[in-house]
Amino acid sequence: MNWITNYVRPRINSIFSRREVPENLWQKCSECGTMLFHRELSDNLNVCTNCDHHMAITPRARFDALFDGGIFVEIDVPEPVADPLKFRDQKRYPDRMKAAQKKTGEKEAMLVVEGEIGRTPIVAAAQDFSFMGGSMSMYVGNAILAAAERAVELKRPLVLFSAAGGARMQEGILGLMQMPRTTIAVQMLKQAGLPYIVVLTHPTTGGVTASYAMLGDVHIAEPNALIGFAGARVIEQTIREKLPEGFQRAEYLLDHGILDRVTKRTEMRKELVTIIRMLMGQSPQVVGDLPAPEQLDDAIADAENDVQDAAEDKADAT
Amino acid sequence: MTQYLNFEKPLAEIEGKAEELRALARANEEMDIEAEAEALDAKAEQLLVDLYKDLTPWRKCQVARHPERPHCKDYIKALFTEYTPLAGDRNFADDHAVMGGLARFNDQPVMVIGHEKGSDTKSRIERNFGMARPEGYRKAIRLLQMADKFGLPVITLVDTPGAYPGKGAEERGQSEAIARSTEACLQIGVPLISVVIGEGGSGGAVAFATANRVAMLEHSVYSVISPEGCASILWKDAEKMREAAEALRLTAQDLQELGVADYVVSEPNGGAHRDAETAIAAVGDAIQNLLDEMKAMDGPALIKDRQQKYLDLGSKGLAA
Repeated sequence: MNWITNYVRPRINSIFSRREVPENLWQKCSECGTMLFHRELSDNLNVCTNCDHHMAITPRARFDALFDGGIFVEIDVPEPVADPLKFRDQKRYPDRMKAAQKKTGEKEAMLVVEGEIGRTPIVAAAQDFSFMGGSMSMYVGNAILAAAERAVELKRPLVLFSAAGGARMQEGILGLMQMPRTTIAVQMLKQAGLPYIVVLTHPTTGGVTASYAMLGDVHIAEPNALIGFAGARVIEQTIREKLPEGFQRAEYLLDHGILDRVTKRTEMRKELVTIIRMLMGQSPQVVGDLPAPEQLDDAIADAENDVQDAAEDKADAT
Repeated sequence: MTQYLNFEKPLAEIEGKAEELRALARANEEMDIEAEAEALDAKAEQLLVDLYKDLTPWRKCQVARHPERPHCKDYIKALFTEYTPLAGDRNFADDHAVMGGLARFNDQPVMVIGHEKGSDTKSRIERNFGMARPEGYRKAIRLLQMADKFGLPVITLVDTPGAYPGKGAEERGQSEAIARSTEACLQIGVPLISVVIGEGGSGGAVAFATANRVAMLEHSVYSVISPEGCASILWKDAEKMREAAEALRLTAQDLQELGVADYVVSEPNGGAHRDAETAIAAVGDAIQNLLDEMKAMDGPALIKDRQQKYLDLGSKGLAA
């Protein structure tokens, strides 16, 4: 122990480590390899500015961009029983949950909110693929039911952004039973005559596709999103054939009549507003860069004040 | 000749010995081996009881998949009269993995729908091993809606490894077909009873088993994923299927505790394949009991009852 080890070496190390590029400042497009500056990428909703590849986006970031002024209110989701099967594989399920919560900063794989898009009130739900593969758990089932109930209560449409590998294996049969449960949620909307729009994002497969993700009034997918029931590898092993290029991709499904539309993420908001306003019998949308509803109220108040001020000024002048 | 499962090997040896002895005795009339053979029989009988008393989940999967286990076709033949198959989805094809049609159950007209796996190589191929394609689910939807229209109770018999993972199946909307079939199950205003007679394979089973009452045979299983599939994903090793089967809680007994299965039908000693007649009769009794339970409910009450059953599945776990 001397001043070299105690003082000099840490200083040298810190100089060198400081030289490294800060993390997350640049992201490489997984498709074309272009290095994209993080702010540019997030401004473009995680769509590569070079090749239009749609990278994953968190529910929160999606809602920030979707809702007017980035303002939305979260809807409470009833808590289900935790770890109902006391499931354990190589890790315990509660440990996997904790790891996923730490990684994403979210409580579970689905976020449900209400707010306005283009001055159109909606309820929205988005699945988080980075949270245990977006898998359909009892919480996800509860979230979809809560979203549907809230939509019915407020007489609003439900827009659901799906992304999942399927039902959550760690909840076993109870994960699977979210197929009928979420189907009941869809039926609530149907009975209330409210639109249910599914935006299928990469990837949406398994039991999720075989329930709420395929029961929409309108099915819109993001470009090149993988959508299907069975995994491509399982299919190849079963039929012992190579699958065609683009199999189970959004454009392929559009060709096979399973989707209504394939729409770029950057154009999704406008399209959703257009469709919803027609289905809800509302007037055409106001085009323009709208401020958040609260800000609008402020703006109106400001304008009124201005008018008043002007009138007072005028009165003062005369 | 019974096909023995791996864990039944000791049983196969004893029964083989008894068989051998009897063959010897037939060749040589001087020999008196009957006492010895009977002792072996008794030993085999006891071993069978012991083996099946406490089957592990993985062993239950094997029994549920046993090739000689009675299948949908056998149940329809034994329990229903005037079975009149109705074919096709009116769109693309008739899926032979799904049987369905009008029939009488204890003289009452009903609609019966089920997965059929086939019983020999030829019929297994024809039935696609019980793996339905979109057409199968769409046929089921058609029959469910027809039953609703004419007020006929529906009985579904579930026995499938899962929906067919094929290229054409995906192209014709396998997911949508399953989702719509589940939806149809939830919408019909007639009693819907489902019996898992063998394997309840994931979404392919849900599409038929979203019923007012779900009965499961003692050694049947119903799971979100096959133990092999689960093992290869979570353990990264398909050979860990025993552990996966354990963790998934896929047995009839676990499902009853979780509230998914309402009723467990006992199987004869050694499993349904050792005495199909008894097993089938027990299922028949269960169906009649469950139908009686719902006698007082009208259409809207039946729909509500079914919805409530599934809405409640989110609040209950296994006791620690």
